[in-house]
Amino acid sequence: MVLASLTRRVDFRPVIALEHVTKTYPKAQRPSLNDVSVAIDKGEFVFFIGPSGSGKSTIVKLLLREIQPNKGKIMVNGREVGGMRSWRIPHFRRSIGCVFQDFRLLPNRTAYENVAFALEVIGKTQAVARRVVPEVLELVGLGGKEHRYPQELSGGEQQRVAVARAFVNRPLILLADEPTGNLDPDTSIEIMRLLDRINRTGTTVVMVTHDSNIVNQMRRRVVEIESGKIVRDQPRGVYG
Amino acid sequence: MRFKYVLNEVMVGLWRNVTMTIAMIITMAVSLTLLGASLLLYRQVERMQTVYSQDVEVTMFFQVGDTPETKFATEEQKEAIEAALRADSTGANPLVASFEFETKEQARDKFALLFSSTPDLVALTRTEDLPESYRVKLVDPNRYNEFEAKYERFVSPEGGLELILDQKKLLERVFDVLGSLQSLALIISVVQGVAALMLVINTIQVAAYSKRREVAVMKLVGASNWFIQAPFVLEAVAAGIIGALIAYGTLVLAKIYIFDGALAPLAQVITEVPWGNVHLMFPILAFAGAAVSSVTGWFALRFYIKV
Repeated sequence: MVLASLTRRVDFRPVIALEHVTKTYPKAQRPSLNDVSVAIDKGEFVFFIGPSGSGKSTIVKLLLREIQPNKGKIMVNGREVGGMRSWRIPHFRRSIGCVFQDFRLLPNRTAYENVAFALEVIGKTQAVARRVVPEVLELVGLGGKEHRYPQELSGGEQQRVAVARAFVNRPLILLADEPTGNLDPDTSIEIMRLLDRINRTGTTVVMVTHDSNIVNQMRRRVVEIESGKIVRDQPRGVYG
Repeated sequence: MRFKYVLNEVMVGLWRNVTMTIAMIITMAVSLTLLGASLLLYRQVERMQTVYSQDVEVTMFFQVGDTPETKFATEEQKEAIEAALRADSTGANPLVASFEFETKEQARDKFALLFSSTPDLVALTRTEDLPESYRVKLVDPNRYNEFEAKYERFVSPEGGLELILDQKKLLERVFDVLGSLQSLALIISVVQGVAALMLVINTIQVAAYSKRREVAVMKLVGASNWFIQAPFVLEAVAAGIIGALIAYGTLVLAKIYIFDGALAPLAQVITEVPWGNVHLMFPILAFAGAAVSSVTGWFALRFYIKV
């Protein structure tokens, strides 16, 4: 038991590793990602920045195994994602939480139900949901608003519900694709504080953004992509 | 809990698009009814074949002598035929199982019975107008050609026979009619079945579209494929089973009101449709409806809900 925790502590394998990954969409002139290699350690907070069409979102899709690379290997938590059999994908996705610019909440379900839905559909009992969901809603600062529907919540609050849903299964990795894209600067900062708090629990956070203010304030690792290539990889970087 | 969730989704799904659901159930029911009718007919023909093959006869009618050219068969002629029949019912490989002479009086009694509904015709028919005959049972009804080849020579003024009639040939025409009815029912069933399948595909398409947000979230949080797809497939299966129930009900009504009702006087000819066969249709149709709609649903989903 002690040995196990020790070996885990000295486990330096990155939780995410892209090795010479090239992805060209069908009919595209040039690759979205061109021979990209990057490694992210457990517990890191990494920004992927770059202009629109630089290939940032392709990374998110690859990590979720929504698409497959043409060349190269993608390792998540020590497993090769590219060659994964399709029936293994659902289970694999349970280790990744996801937040998007457009929140992707179910409009006919309350905040509580939206979060509980994520538990329900992977086979957790209602008893588990009753215990875990209020806890995580409290964590994201939505205590007392459990029974509001998405349209009764502000944009920031909706994104908090989305974060709660992404985090409720305690994933290893939290992927955030432009999570502040639809929010005003103040609300964006609140969401960033929330992601930071989640990062401190040991969850690796990967965030794709082109919000320079946020990147400059957070002072975390920055990986800049341009035309499918990594042009900068800097610990504690700024937007540049 | 998950079972309850899936069941709830199925109910909601069927209600959401209720007109399409009804259309799907109706076409499914028509298709399955015809499939059931076709299977029943098939079993009925089989049944008739076994029933009739026991008493199928060859009838050799003697001349009745109602025109100047013909004359009544003589005792010599009858004896010659009887001798031939006797010879054929013995030996290592007998052709004839049994034979029986039918007199004019016996023929008259049969005629009276057969046309009892038209007493005038019976009254007008004189006993001497009816032919005498030999009723012959063959060891194997399929060897009629062999029999005919041997006895053809008696069908002449010298031989004394008017004609030789194989009941099996008559029956075969009845079976032919029933057989083509069966094929017709089967063809319509298949056409309706294809229509039902297209409605299943369409219903699933609509259901997948109206639940696209849920499906997207389920995929995102890692719900297993069967969990995402089960409600859609079960929706189609439920429609298939309801369709089968309606089809079974229709067949039961057909048995009561058509076979045992309007067609009851024909029961002698087409033999009774046993209840056992009708009841047997329910599991068969339910299985066919459920299997076909689930397989179609599953394939349709592969198309609309990609991993």
